[in-house]
Amino acid sequence: MSNNYETIYADDRWSPLFGKLSWDVIPFHEPILIATFLAVIIGGIALVAFITHKKAWGYLWTEWLTSIDHKKIGIMYMVLGLVMMIRGFADALLMRAHQSMTSSGGEGFLTPHHYDQIFTAHGVIMIFFVAMPFVTGLMNYVTPLQIGARDVAFPFLNNFSFWMTVGGAILVNVSLFIGEFGQTGWLAYPPLSGIQFSPSVGVDYYIWALQVAGIGTTLSGINLLVTIVKMRAPGMTYMKLPVFTWTSLATNALIVASFPVLTAVLALLTLDRYLGTHFFTNDLGGNAMLYINLIWIWGHPEVYILILPLFGVFSEVVATHCRKQIFGYDSMVYAIVVIMILSYVVWLHHFFTMGSGAGVNAFFGITTMIISIPTGAKIFNWLFTMYKGRITYELPMMWTIAFIITFVIGGMTGVLLAVPPADFVLHNSLFLIAHFHNVIIGGVVFGVFAGINFWFPKAFGYRLDSFWGKVSFWGWVIGFYVAFMPLYVLGLMGVTRRLSQFPDTTLSGYFNTAAIGSVFITIGIIAFFIQLYVSYQTRDELRDDNGDTWNGDGRTLEWSTSSPPPQYNFAFTPRVHTFDTWWDMKKHGYQRPTDGFNAIHMPKNTGAGIIIAMLCTIMGFALVWQIWWLSALSFVTVIIASIIHTFNYDRDYYIPVEEVDAIETKRTEQLAKGGIA
Amino acid sequence: MSTNNSVAEQVDNAPLFHMQKDPHNEPGTLLGFWIYLMSDCLIFAMLFATRAVLAPNYAGSPLPKEVFDIPLILVSTFCLLFSSITYGFSVLQMQQNKLNGTLIWLGVTWLLGAAFIGIELYEFNHLIHIGASPQSSASWSSFFALVGTHGLHVFFGLVWMVVLIIQTKKHGLTIANQRRLFCLSMFWHFLDLIWIAVFSLVYLAGVL
Amino acid sequence: MSSHDNTHQEVEGAPHASFREYMIGFGLSVILTLIPFWLVMGEVIDHRGLTIFIVVIFGIAQMLVHMVYFLHLNATSEDGWNIISLAFTVMLVAIAVAGSVWVMYNLDNNMMPSMQDVMNTLPLNSN
Repeated sequence: MSNNYETIYADDRWSPLFGKLSWDVIPFHEPILIATFLAVIIGGIALVAFITHKKAWGYLWTEWLTSIDHKKIGIMYMVLGLVMMIRGFADALLMRAHQSMTSSGGEGFLTPHHYDQIFTAHGVIMIFFVAMPFVTGLMNYVTPLQIGARDVAFPFLNNFSFWMTVGGAILVNVSLFIGEFGQTGWLAYPPLSGIQFSPSVGVDYYIWALQVAGIGTTLSGINLLVTIVKMRAPGMTYMKLPVFTWTSLATNALIVASFPVLTAVLALLTLDRYLGTHFFTNDLGGNAMLYINLIWIWGHPEVYILILPLFGVFSEVVATHCRKQIFGYDSMVYAIVVIMILSYVVWLHHFFTMGSGAGVNAFFGITTMIISIPTGAKIFNWLFTMYKGRITYELPMMWTIAFIITFVIGGMTGVLLAVPPADFVLHNSLFLIAHFHNVIIGGVVFGVFAGINFWFPKAFGYRLDSFWGKVSFWGWVIGFYVAFMPLYVLGLMGVTRRLSQFPDTTLSGYFNTAAIGSVFITIGIIAFFIQLYVSYQTRDELRDDNGDTWNGDGRTLEWSTSSPPPQYNFAFTPRVHTFDTWWDMKKHGYQRPTDGFNAIHMPKNTGAGIIIAMLCTIMGFALVWQIWWLSALSFVTVIIASIIHTFNYDRDYYIPVEEVDAIETKRTEQLAKGGIA
Repeated sequence: MSTNNSVAEQVDNAPLFHMQKDPHNEPGTLLGFWIYLMSDCLIFAMLFATRAVLAPNYAGSPLPKEVFDIPLILVSTFCLLFSSITYGFSVLQMQQNKLNGTLIWLGVTWLLGAAFIGIELYEFNHLIHIGASPQSSASWSSFFALVGTHGLHVFFGLVWMVVLIIQTKKHGLTIANQRRLFCLSMFWHFLDLIWIAVFSLVYLAGVL
Repeated sequence: MSSHDNTHQEVEGAPHASFREYMIGFGLSVILTLIPFWLVMGEVIDHRGLTIFIVVIFGIAQMLVHMVYFLHLNATSEDGWNIISLAFTVMLVAIAVAGSVWVMYNLDNNMMPSMQDVMNTLPLNSN
């Protein structure tokens, strides 16, 4: 099988019209891929038929795809994250199943070539197209509501950023059926990722998918940063910001200050591959370790980009479900800022083993241990918030408790890895894999589910079903421990990462246990989708008429508006006096105004975002396959389309006062029906 | 603006919890653009770091000392510096609401920028000709990446300038156009700033 | 926000520049450009390290001149966010560039020792 691949991919057939594209690059000989492809095609046709049958194309286009409403874009980010999670998790299941089969001496069902693509795709998808859309989605949806704004600072850019992220995801998925993906691991270290050792298009897909998505991420970072700086409600000074908004501010500052690094480094790798330069090659003065050094300058802040917003989610959840103000608000804020800065001085701990001297390793080892201090402070803040609080064990709170326990374990194994001599033993072993899954699943994934359960009622007007939510919760929690605790043991026994088989068959028990764990996680994921379906079916019983979903315990401004919020979020811009504004308003017996509305100034929807982003995606595809005419054509079209867009000065409109009045009167009636005046 | 009924009905001495009229938020475009420039700074930081690490790795290719034409760099440096001040004049004209003056100074800026690009292309062509090509060694790869990225930025600045000249001609010095002209001016000065680092660290320090 | 007003309006938040400021900035920039070029082209100082140091100092000075007189940066524009973001960026640029140089230099020293270092580690030379 592997010979087969070499004959297909090693030759340099290139035609002016199709570049390197030909029928040979479609993996007809891979039954798994063909079956997947057929399933995707059938599913796609069914979806298209369904939408056509419902005559929903126009609705989709005008209400969603071209929407610049931050709430809808936030929801679309979450949908993208969920869809890609299925893809990334399928990869994980394949790996677990394959390793389990080979651990007892079997052959497994994946060729090494295919296995390498799977672990690469799994990492890339889970970080860039699952975790990133999830956190961006949450920030997009919640932040403007928390600061009392009507939308983000640059609504059009928000739509464009989203579609660029989708464009990157499309490129990764196309690689499944046309050509192949990289076989280099998720950070594509050279010289393996150089043209000499990866001559096929796999790494090119990787590069262009990340470049397209990365531009979107940077722009959305700028956007949310300016939103928080410029559009806070009057009176909301920085020490009155909700904690989630604070984490969002720090996260977006990190995005703006680190994604350009990724862009630059990938561009240099691109030059090596396309133009034959020598940045990271083995010959003519290139230095492969430089790539590793530079990409981790992006890579470490990225870790905090992923986790910080979820720290914010947990803070909101804990305060709401314990009916207490968050403990140590100031220390929380300082911890966030300290983490934000320290995250830039720890990058070398990802490659202690590259051969730096003791001074360098000691410096980065110590900074790494220091960064765990503010994180630890946060854990104590959450615990002290819970202490003597009236905890309601709703789903978001359950996820939060699971997070605190799991994340502490992950954090401690992280401190173990931060000791350079220990790292020489554990580097690139399954111990490391267990560690970062421990913090990413225990922190990011649990946090995302806490956030989804917490704010879903706000976004859709009804709660999520708690029975299936609990099934999902236990599936994930049990599955996580069963799947990853054995990896710690395996790592200590010397099993390295990215191996499709390991010769020592006495370890197969651990691999089999890990595979069983992944089955539990599967149950957790399926139960989550059932939870969505069941909640939709029983939405009338789960309806949230009040808007202050959680027993009226909401503390921040998003709970002061209706569920789902009107397009303009707030009929009147809130005036902020203290931290936990909405709590303060309720305490003072705030009466919602029922008349005297004004017309509201809002931005207009536009199709420019999706069009330009899809042109960028086509350009990425053309560059992957070296179809130069199409690359040039799509590049020029992108520029022209952008210029045309700047000639459109007519970008906003007023929602007439009658419409605002009608929406708000309906809300008054709804509140009366719910028994709350 | 009259006080609203519902506000008057509120509990006595309770603070006011909403604004009758939307507060006037200053648009965030200028700040947003500034933050974009900061992020661009980090792209250049990576390229400078790459240059700093790889510069000594000539691998037998020509040395900068032998091939850099410092007087030529002085000329192109002055092209950029003059273009900075002419853009400044354009902004001054714009703030006095003088359409023609704004456009004329923009045109002069454009020509100086184009001259800079022309000199850079000539220099690159010359270097590649004598064997100091991006493919010749890591040192020259890092040189072309850094200087070339700066040149690309200037080129896109020129394209943008053309677009703005057309838009300003068509719609006049509206608020939107003024804001755009201002963003471009930040971009343009920023590029000159990067160029200071380039000529100091790459060219002048390179030939020593 | 009617942007089609005929009366002249100014962009909010945009700093107000003056002719004088631009000319001061330009004059200083010319001087700060010419001196380093003269130092290098005229080979004035017979010490490589010192010349590079002076060139860098002049470069930094000219960057500051551009920031003050061309970009009109000050501590109050945009509620101080311009200067905060600039300070943050400068810090990160310094960390990234200096850190990379340090890390890679240290790596080269460790992984590619010179012949002298190798000789020193041999038992023959240790006495």
